Amino acid sequence: MKLIAAMSGGVDSAVAAARAVEAGHEVIGVHLALSANPQKYRSGARGCCTIEDSHDARRAADVIGIPFYIWDMAEEFHDGVVEDFLAEYSAGRTPNPCLRCNEKIKFAAVLDRARAMGFDGVVTGHYARTQESAEGKTLHRAVDHSKDQSYVLSVLTVEQIAGAIFPLGDTTKVDIRKEAEARGLAVAQKPDSHDICFVPSGDNAGWLRDRLGSEVGPIVDQDGVKIGEHKGAYTYTIGQRKGLGLTVPTADGSPRFVLKIEPVSNTVVVGAREDLAVTTMRGERPVFCGSAVTATKERGFVQVRAHGAALPCTYFLDGPLLVAELDEPLLGLATGQAMVIYDGDRVVGSATICETE
Amino acid sequence: MSSIYLDHAATTPMVEEALMAMTAQLAQLGNPSSLHTHGRATRKTLEDAREVIAQGVGCLPSEVIFTASGTEANNTALKGLYWQGRDNGRHVVVISAIEHHAILDPAHWLEEHEGAEVIQIPVNNDGVVDLDFLKSLIASRGHEIAVISVMHANNETGVIQPLREVVEIAGEIPVHSDAVQSFKKIPLSFKDLGLYAMSLSAHKIGGPLGVGALILRRTVEIPALLHGGGQEREIRSGTFNAPSIVGFAAAAKSAYYDAQHVQTLRDAFISGVKSAIPDASINGLSSQRLPGIVNVTFPGTQSDSLLLLMDGQHISCSTGSACSAGVHEASHVLLAMGHSQLTAQSSLRFSFGAVSTQADVDHVLSALPDVITRGRAANLS
Repeated sequence: MKLIAAMSGGVDSAVAAARAVEAGHEVIGVHLALSANPQKYRSGARGCCTIEDSHDARRAADVIGIPFYIWDMAEEFHDGVVEDFLAEYSAGRTPNPCLRCNEKIKFAAVLDRARAMGFDGVVTGHYARTQESAEGKTLHRAVDHSKDQSYVLSVLTVEQIAGAIFPLGDTTKVDIRKEAEARGLAVAQKPDSHDICFVPSGDNAGWLRDRLGSEVGPIVDQDGVKIGEHKGAYTYTIGQRKGLGLTVPTADGSPRFVLKIEPVSNTVVVGAREDLAVTTMRGERPVFCGSAVTATKERGFVQVRAHGAALPCTYFLDGPLLVAELDEPLLGLATGQAMVIYDGDRVVGSATICETE
Repeated sequence: MSSIYLDHAATTPMVEEALMAMTAQLAQLGNPSSLHTHGRATRKTLEDAREVIAQGVGCLPSEVIFTASGTEANNTALKGLYWQGRDNGRHVVVISAIEHHAILDPAHWLEEHEGAEVIQIPVNNDGVVDLDFLKSLIASRGHEIAVISVMHANNETGVIQPLREVVEIAGEIPVHSDAVQSFKKIPLSFKDLGLYAMSLSAHKIGGPLGVGALILRRTVEIPALLHGGGQEREIRSGTFNAPSIVGFAAAAKSAYYDAQHVQTLRDAFISGVKSAIPDASINGLSSQRLPGIVNVTFPGTQSDSLLLLMDGQHISCSTGSACSAGVHEASHVLLAMGHSQLTAQSSLRFSFGAVSTQADVDHVLSALPDVITRGRAANLS
């Protein structure tokens, strides 16, 4: 096949590209320039759009022996990922931008452009596997569960999965680093990227404050009684306990947790730990990587964070909403997070959480 | 499949004579600044080379200052002439809007750090500098201008600039010209043009990389960028790169470049492009141009897609400049010629060299329709 390898400048995508070449594909390396004003160097272990990263990606492509180009996706990234991130936070939800990037950039803008230019698909260094099945390609967890990225890929449609190649799904991260070393790729020991690539400082709350302002608002208990003040509701996370700055103690001295963020009234609601418990979640805009979930109740697992646990549940479709009923209550679940349904290792589908109870 | 190289304006193969002369000199011992026999031997070779370059561009040997690149020659000339002018109360730097980054960027640096005011001479839609603008600028602010820099021919479009007129209008104001693309391609005489300074680069004419020359009037003294051993009229210190300089001179002397041959290929290519892609347009078509450069706008495409697709067909051409992260940017030259961001980003440069053939032209023309079709599809997706 003729493939575009998305090369971030990190070790994973470099090895993925090398493996695709070795598998006999005709591969072209592409680095996505996602920031209009790239930083020169990575500060620590974050970021994927610095000049150093584009250099590292180019160097890896040269060592592998494939053509290399840079595609400017800064505008698409800003509109599809950064703006969405801000809009979600200002609506009181907690988004996952990596998921949005896969959905709108890597397996949309890039895949579409690649297909138009005569390529068959996009290779990435994601830790996930695909399998051929009667219903087409299905998406599965990586062998290395600690690095598994199927969660952030769960938004891909059957059509997108059909054009996705994940050569690293059968290997552990440790072995990928060794392989990079053996292949002479200088990025072998480059630190993993964490955090959000477009927040180079790593200070999420500060980054949000700079863009959304820091309008002071009330912190209230569940009866609506004001017990404190916050500096920008969106810098809080559901389940957060520290940093609330509350001076009025509870009757029994038990700690308080953020239960709810109400953007319209700019209010943060706090309460007891047990009030965080969620047993049912509903998600909007479901996407299924294979046959769609129906109103028939099925048994499976739901995951609500990129590296969270797979929680046993019963799932079904209720009108337009995907519903998961947990066997055991879960503490602290924010709307805006993705709920991803698994059938064993297979990704069934995902939706954006809009209601919890 | 053989590969087709149509990026000779970026760099072109070394000519045989240059390769031979350079490799022979690499084996020779002697610092040309040394006074002993070894030093004198290298000095002799070096001065022979200087005379060849001088003869090639119509200047005196003492007016040739060897540098490590055309960029260095541009920086030395522009900064030096500005500083000299500033000492006499002149703080304005005038450049054309279509200069290479090796003039644009030092000019902006002078503005940011050295108190210069930079004024750009606009160009018309055919890519030629506006002489009337220059005339009225000099009439109103001539006494403030330290230096005027206008390139001899543009590197992206090949459009030749009316330099003789520029110098005439400038009168006593020093004029520098970046002649990197013109040297060996079209007649070039430093003396006849009446320039104060001119920049050359070896690797654009079949010489080695890493050597260039600043041609500077012998009566002009400007501050140096590099200080040290006092070589090159104390304007460019540093041990002479004798092998590269010798290679440069050998290329300058060689008769390898047949402008008529290159121009014939270029014209065949242009007519082929027009019939294959009827809505394609050639930038600067109605102007006097260098024999080897063609800049084409393909509406509805993005040049970085086209470059990838061309490369896939084993054809090397150019999209113009990229930022430090490698992202393709709209050409300031095409923007200055009245292009929009969109059409400026839909353009490719093909540059032919002495070794180009009709077969190269035929191959590109046969690949072009499919490349443009796919490029347009990619642009819509």
